[in-house]
Amino acid sequence: MNKGRELAEHEDLKEAEAEFAAGRLVLDHLDTLESESIHIFREVGAEFERPVLLFSGGKDSVVMLHLAAKAFWPAPIPFPCLHVDTGHNFPEVLAYRDRAVAEKGVRLEVAKVQDYIDDGRLSERTDGTRNPLQTQPLLDAIADHRFDAVFGGGRRDEEKARAKERIFSLRDEFGAWDPRNQRPELWNLYNGRHRPGEHVRVFPLSNWTELDVWRYIARESIDLPELYYAHQREVFERDGMLLAVGQVSQPQESETVVTKQVRYRTVGDMSCTGAVESDALTVHDVVIEVAATRITERGATRADDRLSEAAMEDRKKEGYF
Amino acid sequence: MTPNAATLDAPTLDAATLDAATLDAATPDPPNNYLHSTLLRLATAGSVDDGKSTLVGRLLHDSKSVLADQLDALERVSRDRGLAHADLALLTDGLRAEREQGITIDVAYRYFATADRSFILADCPGHVQYTRNTVTGTSTADAVVLLVDARKGVLEQTRRHLAVTALLRVPHVVVAVNKMDLVGFDEDIYTQVAADLAVVASELGLPDLRTVPVSALEGDNIVDRSARTDWYEGPTLLEVLEALPVADNPGDEEFRFPVQLTLRPQGAARDAAHREYRGYAGQIASGVVRVGDPVVVLPSGRATTIAGIDTADGQLDLAFAPRSVTLRLVDDIDLARGDLIAAAASAPEPTRDLVATVCWLSHTPLSKHSRLLLKHTTCTTAAIISAVDGVLDLDAVRIVAAQDLGLNDIGQLRIHTADPIAAEPYARHRRTGAFLLIDPQSGQTVAAGMIGNPLRKDSETATDSLAGNGDHA
Repeated sequence: MNKGRELAEHEDLKEAEAEFAAGRLVLDHLDTLESESIHIFREVGAEFERPVLLFSGGKDSVVMLHLAAKAFWPAPIPFPCLHVDTGHNFPEVLAYRDRAVAEKGVRLEVAKVQDYIDDGRLSERTDGTRNPLQTQPLLDAIADHRFDAVFGGGRRDEEKARAKERIFSLRDEFGAWDPRNQRPELWNLYNGRHRPGEHVRVFPLSNWTELDVWRYIARESIDLPELYYAHQREVFERDGMLLAVGQVSQPQESETVVTKQVRYRTVGDMSCTGAVESDALTVHDVVIEVAATRITERGATRADDRLSEAAMEDRKKEGYF
Repeated sequence: MTPNAATLDAPTLDAATLDAATLDAATPDPPNNYLHSTLLRLATAGSVDDGKSTLVGRLLHDSKSVLADQLDALERVSRDRGLAHADLALLTDGLRAEREQGITIDVAYRYFATADRSFILADCPGHVQYTRNTVTGTSTADAVVLLVDARKGVLEQTRRHLAVTALLRVPHVVVAVNKMDLVGFDEDIYTQVAADLAVVASELGLPDLRTVPVSALEGDNIVDRSARTDWYEGPTLLEVLEALPVADNPGDEEFRFPVQLTLRPQGAARDAAHREYRGYAGQIASGVVRVGDPVVVLPSGRATTIAGIDTADGQLDLAFAPRSVTLRLVDDIDLARGDLIAAAASAPEPTRDLVATVCWLSHTPLSKHSRLLLKHTTCTTAAIISAVDGVLDLDAVRIVAAQDLGLNDIGQLRIHTADPIAAEPYARHRRTGAFLLIDPQSGQTVAAGMIGNPLRKDSETATDSLAGNGDHA
């Protein structure tokens, strides 16, 4: 279902001709961001042996996949997708994930946190959150498949540590990020040199904001999992967040279950990803809501990022996305 | 949307209580304007204690780009540290080491938007590895926001910041004359600083330098006009940034297109109609291209004509920088990544010998690197340094004799490359005049290079000691 059809069609040609006639040649900001991201995808496609795109079915990874398809058109996307499955996913997002990669004709690899818990390589945390447990399956999958470039959907506007991240970010054999020793990144000349065992994390959406992502989804009529739009759901409140009632997120006795109209701003581990109350039924409503919101998406919806001021920096140093 | 305030509980979104019409008037960034919104890239520069992080925090805060939970966290941390007011600098210092030491270590990227424009701001630290970080941050900038302390005026450090800005050919400089609150908002002090800056700008050949009297700490003339500078009739800092032209007009530039890769899907084409497709994918580095334009492919020098301009969304008759497109050519010629498609009338002459200005970014000096890789557009080739002509004295803005370059030095080199490159003077072509030097063993980026001498003014002749054959065009 295309939520964006109601929005104006983008008429590149007419606009460009009109601007040319008027002596003004300026790309609008979404076209500028799109062109920058396509350039990044192509640089990686040309310079790396075995890239992979991290794909969860979340909106940022969906936009990445959309841009990758544009970058290599009319050729197919020349790399597979990888999903690190926490086992705590929303079922509708998994269904969307499988549908989306099939439509694009891309192979999907899945690394399962559950496998690691089942055979004892990882143990469940006391708080039940599995987001931090994704790091080891991710690094193992990168090593097993000998991936040398890993596209991630991280944006610099998300979080303070991410604001310091390069577009091409070198990781050692432990997957570690060394924020004090990053390569300088100049002009649009990306240095992807790496030694055996090292890999490069590549962030094509570095310069996009949450609002840019939504505007682009609207402009391009990109299909998303339905839970990004307002719907009725049974939820309960915990730590100031609305959590969905599901297999991995059961309310305790003191927590009351109510049905509310909610939507998700991020999708991840169900046990720690909160919904927000919302009337935004269409992509246009969401654009308006995001433009007016006074709370960051991680602040509103991610319990694990609230752990400490440096929670993200610490996880990134260990090899997290 | 129906206002439905009765059902709201935390966490919630303000939008639920507002209708679209109210929002368009009330938010700094109405959602329907995006088709005409433009993107401006900024970099900050300033010395230690000029209040740069505070200024950036103030810009974000006053343009309503800081959200409630970030402000809560800021106020909590500021209180924990015993500060009377929220320390806006904490908004930008993202790494633990930065917060612990109270300094900014690395370039941080910030985003804010007004009704018609989105901004990407590269916040460059003022002291640790100053030149390295500033060169990085300003390499992509359309404008530099420089801070000057009104009490101190134009310092050697200020001249150095402006010299780097001139070297990197940033089109616009906006100087925030800061801490006006500490000089009693004195007009004469501001006027003197502005006059001194104009002199430096003229010496360095900076094409556009503007000044604004501000207090970042108290918010005067950042976003809102100050009642305490009634003698100042110019725009606020944000008003200046909103009005600056975005980069250069591609219509005035020569067309340049570095080829990133050949798209030749054959049997793998997503549509059977494209089995015979052969196109050259890249991002237009400068200028405008139209179907039917005569072009030259470099370094081979083969002449051909543009047969088509393709995107995944359809064909274009015309495209301009910085759009990513795929070009088809009339003639079936051998072409690969690293080649440059250029307007036939203005194509550069490929060369294996360059004169270049480089900023050394590595702790290991130049003399320890006998062989390097040079990355110019999409072409990477082996390079040897044939001579060090000297190092730039940023205070005097001239080259002085030197044998070696160390971290943060800016020097003049002669470079010999294994493959010919389509070299162009950086002074005229920011994209195709720039390159990296990379250590082939460690993979580290050791230098940022600019072909020719970007500080040389157009009026100076080729006999200038800094000129070289990179300047031939």
